Amino acid sequence: MTVLINDTGFLTEDPTRWIDPEARIDLASDTDPAHLRSMLIGKELVRIAFPSFADGRGFTLARLIRQQGYKGWLRAQGHVIADQYAMVRRSGFDDVEIDDTLAQRQPEDQWLARADWQAHDYQTRLRGIAA
Amino acid sequence: MYRYTDFDAAFVAERNAQFRAQVERRIDGSLTEDEFKPLRLMNGLYLQLHAYMLRVAVPYGTLNSTQMRQLAYIADTWDKGYGHFTTRQNIQFNWPKLRDVPDMLDALAEVQMHAIQTSGNTIRNVTADHFAGAAADEIADPRPVAELIRQWSTDHPEFQFLPRKFKIAVTGSPNDRAVTKAHDIGLRMVRNDAGDPGFEVIVGGGLGRTPMIGKVVRDFLPEADLLPYLEAVVSVWNLLGRRDNKYKSRIKITVHEHGLDDIRARVEERFALLKPAFTGVDQQLLASMKADFAPPAFTDRDTGPFDLAYANDPLFRSWADTNLSAHRAPGYAIAQISLKAHGATPGDATSDQMRLMADLAERYGHDELRVSHEQNIVLPHVHKADLPAIHAALKDAGLATANIGKISDIIACPGMDYCALATARSIPIAQEIATRFDQLKLEHEIGDLKIKISGCINACGHHHVGHIGILGLDRAGVENYQITLGGDHTETAAIGQRTGPGFAADEIVPAIERIVDTYLSERTSAEERFIDTFARVGMTPFKTALYGEADKRAKAA
Repeated sequence: MTVLINDTGFLTEDPTRWIDPEARIDLASDTDPAHLRSMLIGKELVRIAFPSFADGRGFTLARLIRQQGYKGWLRAQGHVIADQYAMVRRSGFDDVEIDDTLAQRQPEDQWLARADWQAHDYQTRLRGIAA
Repeated sequence: MYRYTDFDAAFVAERNAQFRAQVERRIDGSLTEDEFKPLRLMNGLYLQLHAYMLRVAVPYGTLNSTQMRQLAYIADTWDKGYGHFTTRQNIQFNWPKLRDVPDMLDALAEVQMHAIQTSGNTIRNVTADHFAGAAADEIADPRPVAELIRQWSTDHPEFQFLPRKFKIAVTGSPNDRAVTKAHDIGLRMVRNDAGDPGFEVIVGGGLGRTPMIGKVVRDFLPEADLLPYLEAVVSVWNLLGRRDNKYKSRIKITVHEHGLDDIRARVEERFALLKPAFTGVDQQLLASMKADFAPPAFTDRDTGPFDLAYANDPLFRSWADTNLSAHRAPGYAIAQISLKAHGATPGDATSDQMRLMADLAERYGHDELRVSHEQNIVLPHVHKADLPAIHAALKDAGLATANIGKISDIIACPGMDYCALATARSIPIAQEIATRFDQLKLEHEIGDLKIKISGCINACGHHHVGHIGILGLDRAGVENYQITLGGDHTETAAIGQRTGPGFAADEIVPAIERIVDTYLSERTSAEERFIDTFARVGMTPFKTALYGEADKRAKAA
């Protein structure tokens, strides 16, 4: 089983449960960015895989997808640690999906400690708008 | 100098609190060792051969006296009373205990310093010309731009888990003292034909096991486009850079494998997409940073005391001839304090020496100090009239070695004395070379000669760009030192060429002597520097001197 996490902590219900299966897509972290636009046509839920927390490609993919105009739900799925929560949100993800084992090791309070991702953000300061 | 805004101070305080919690969460098992490792690295904490090492950022190498005194305090309180200044203008403490590190970081924050992104697969501390704001040959001060890059790269959400480390250097002078062509990105401040300020952007330089000279990816980037362009480069590399082999993950390999034109096209496309995210606020911040780096109030005084000491004190004259550089303000000089006393560890300073340098900067130097990538300390703004007093104080502290740019002003990595990666010792080799040429009293006759020593193939000692480079390797359990000649770290950057088979630890100093003897006999005059003689006569006479008749046999072996 997996746990969904957003700014309010661990979720009991999936906010995307109403989205049709055809409107969902899972992207590997090595997805070729040249194909993103065509892959996302008609999609409302994009899950980007983090096979390892040290694989930072998902952050750039999320940014790229948002910069290309995607307005749907964006989810970071896999090995994301609480210390990365602010990075995930600042890169354009809406929430995080981790497995139960990781959720037990890093319980809700450790994620809530990073929930205020808007604070202390150099990017907002340097861009003048939310990145 | 730049002063932290409330935002900067709050950021560093929050970051330190996070790290303190991360140490606790490592201990209680919330974080695995694998997970903790990059988190401690992005806060400057390495695990070395014998102990942890904390690498503290000195952004673009600029310090004030209060900050230098705090480094001395940290060395005394939590380390062994000394620190080591590095080739990336940082300072390392070699013996901290893990549980003390959060307190050390808080002590740094008290004086507006940190250790953020001095390690790990992140954008590292940005470096700049150590003569910035003082050099007579400068077009513009690179430090405001370097500070802007520091802020942009700090905790950048997209770039905390890159394929590998990423280093940026900036120079505002046509005479490159920041080694911009050996960085992942090198920025040269230039003006276009219309007189507008901008940058020449160099990408894909680097040393390490595959040394590459950087290539120009954009010959003129308008000043206002800097951050979006940097972001485009790093973003393209973050997806494209190899993650299957850490020896092939630096951007120099990405550029090499895909070709400069392909990288340029990807970067320009990415740049066009992300540029609208920058509203121009960064340029307003840059304008205020420029004001922070306004030159100090120079005074017009008689240089009589300097002239008198220069005429009468041979030690002072030797030091002045070797350790001073041209300043843009009349009557002023840039003074370098050598951390390369003959026989000492290159780049090390004791806490007492740090405090003395801080005092001199406060009293005579407009409260400014710099760390050079050549591991010396710079007093960037001193009036010549004060130099005799400065020299006398330095002499008493063992800091008046007159050897800047000379054969004993050696860059050396920590090597096997500290580093877990090293395959050979570096520091003792540097000490032996310096001591030997000091005994021979040849140093000043030899003139400008850069020796750079690395204790492994990762090349932290920049050996590839040393006029004489020395690379220490492990050959079946025995240290073996390869020599390269003709490397150049300046605007005419070049990778040195190998002379041939390496030398054992007890053969390396005699080998260097033979190289120097060859130079002295081959040069046309004392004005022809080693690097120029090498360019003119080539490798052959040096090879003969090193290997003699044995050359053919050695090649066959």
